[in-house]
Amino acid sequence: MKTFTISIRRLAGSLAVAAALMAAACGGKPVPETPQPAPEPQAVSTAPAPPSSPAAAKPASSRDSLPVPAQPLTDDRVSGKSLDDLNRDSPLKPVFFNYDSAELSEEAQKIAQANAALLRTNKTWVITVEGHCDERGTAEYNLALGERRAASVKTYLVSLGISVERIRVVSYGKEFPFDPGRDEAAFAKNRRGHFVVTAK
Amino acid sequence: MMTTTRWCAPLFLLALFWAHPSAFQTAGGQRSQPSDVELAISGDSGTPPRFAVPAFVAAAPDVEDAAKVLGEVLWDDLAFEREFYLIPRDTYASVPAARTADQVPFAAWRELGADGVIFGTVQRMGGNLRIEVRLLNIRTRQSVFAREYSGPSANPRGLAHAVADELHLQQRALRGVARTRLAFTSDRNREKVAGTTENRDVKEVYFADYDGANPRRLTVDRQLNITPVWAPDARAIAYTSYRRGFPDLYIMRPFDGTSTNPTAGKGSNFLPAFSPDGKRLAFMSSRDGNPEIYVMNVDGSAVRRLTNHPANDATPTWSPTGTEIAFTSDRTGSPQIFITSAEGTGSARRISTNESYADRPTWSAAPFNEIAFAARTGPGFDIKIYDIASGQTRQITFGEGSNESPAFAPNGRHLAFTSTRAGKVQVFTVARDGKDLRQITRDGNNYTPSWSN
Repeated sequence: MKTFTISIRRLAGSLAVAAALMAAACGGKPVPETPQPAPEPQAVSTAPAPPSSPAAAKPASSRDSLPVPAQPLTDDRVSGKSLDDLNRDSPLKPVFFNYDSAELSEEAQKIAQANAALLRTNKTWVITVEGHCDERGTAEYNLALGERRAASVKTYLVSLGISVERIRVVSYGKEFPFDPGRDEAAFAKNRRGHFVVTAK
Repeated sequence: MMTTTRWCAPLFLLALFWAHPSAFQTAGGQRSQPSDVELAISGDSGTPPRFAVPAFVAAAPDVEDAAKVLGEVLWDDLAFEREFYLIPRDTYASVPAARTADQVPFAAWRELGADGVIFGTVQRMGGNLRIEVRLLNIRTRQSVFAREYSGPSANPRGLAHAVADELHLQQRALRGVARTRLAFTSDRNREKVAGTTENRDVKEVYFADYDGANPRRLTVDRQLNITPVWAPDARAIAYTSYRRGFPDLYIMRPFDGTSTNPTAGKGSNFLPAFSPDGKRLAFMSSRDGNPEIYVMNVDGSAVRRLTNHPANDATPTWSPTGTEIAFTSDRTGSPQIFITSAEGTGSARRISTNESYADRPTWSAAPFNEIAFAARTGPGFDIKIYDIASGQTRQITFGEGSNESPAFAPNGRHLAFTSTRAGKVQVFTVARDGKDLRQITRDGNNYTPSWSN
């Protein structure tokens, strides 16, 4: 069991966590917050050579076919982002639940399947599935319901072949509504399994 | 720290003080019967005694503000338990001011209908305030309570609270709550959670005096911190924090400046509840797959699973004897309140029978032995109280906003809870009969109160 003083060591701990988060967020391939007005041609020149000048980009193997960017290039674009950018664009779509239910509907299963496919493509991604609830339940019981929702997504992903080590579940109950509204449309958005990439 | 010392001016029945020292004990707030019934001021046949609490007498101009605060806070504290009728302050103008105790105009107070009047003085002693307080019996013109206190000059409210608790104990053999505190979480700092792309408000743990004064922030995580609960010694608070990205239990000792993490990241852990002896915590964890109730020692050792059901088991609370635990489960469909043995033996019995949804049980001690909970009554929730002895349930709030998260005061006479009736989510207190509603918080949203001993 860890003991620490609140005033100083706690703050230091918070800083360490913050530093770790920043390191994780920017790890490997840092991307500037605001894109530099970088000269476009230079960026293009680092990409595979354009078809109009095959000789210049002749690979050592001297093969006829050009190195045409195929499917992986799409993944390069995604993995070139910071975790924050990645999560902001949410490549992993949320699944939604019925009232007071943690069952995955057919529609939710389809979304989970698409997310599983992305996880198979991006084999290094580690994710957290957040369980969220609408405000109609109590603060306390919703912690259990959110836990149950996140766990149900995790179980389904594992059944689709995603390694259990790559999925963490966290219940937020009704603490973080996505839509502050008080109607069913808002409630429906808040009853969700929300995917966050925590490592890549 | 506030100190109290016996004050013994010869004019005021010195003998009484020495004859009945038990009536003046402050330790532990245990019930003790005044051994001399003559000390207790009674009202007219069957009505509560009528007390007047004017502003204290300031020994110098630099304590005039404190003198006013002392009178006001003591008035509020004595009104809170509703054991006395407090004569409204705005009627005191007709009574000539007294500079000393022997100038107190008994006849004028009698005309106002007072059975007892408080006479208090305050002076500055270094960084402290020193006050002398007497309760005078208007009929006998005798002092039935005379005490001296000193405490930090920054907090005259604390001095008034100490007086109120001792007066309730001496006059009514009642354990007052004037020196208790409410812990809760709040988003009042309007900070956003760090390390997430979502726009999420942090919640930090705070505590305040029972009346909402002196709010103090305890956590500085810029994270989500929820469901704080006081330890029985009122010196530690257990809560759930997401400070490491997942929900885990922490025990903070704010007066010692230490904190521990007894569950140490083993699974997701929520909703801690101290046993009445303060040695164990009940909590909800999904470490074995689905939400279940567990019990452990406060140092994290001897973890034992209490429930074993495929349904959700949540929100544990201890019985005052520590032998039983009430909790919420949806094992019969919707969330309902159950009671089971704290040893995990036997089967759980359901006590909420006519509710569509019930959660957050909180259990009061003798003499009431009641379980309050939040019950769905429409689009929102209301507070209801289940009486163990009779098996009857009564309603305390009636659809004004949504009312959740009840927590009993240590004497079982009051509840704190949250309500949306004032717009945002705020902490309120109410007497166990549903009367005397008071708004405690006003800044930001405030959640899940816990009432200290």
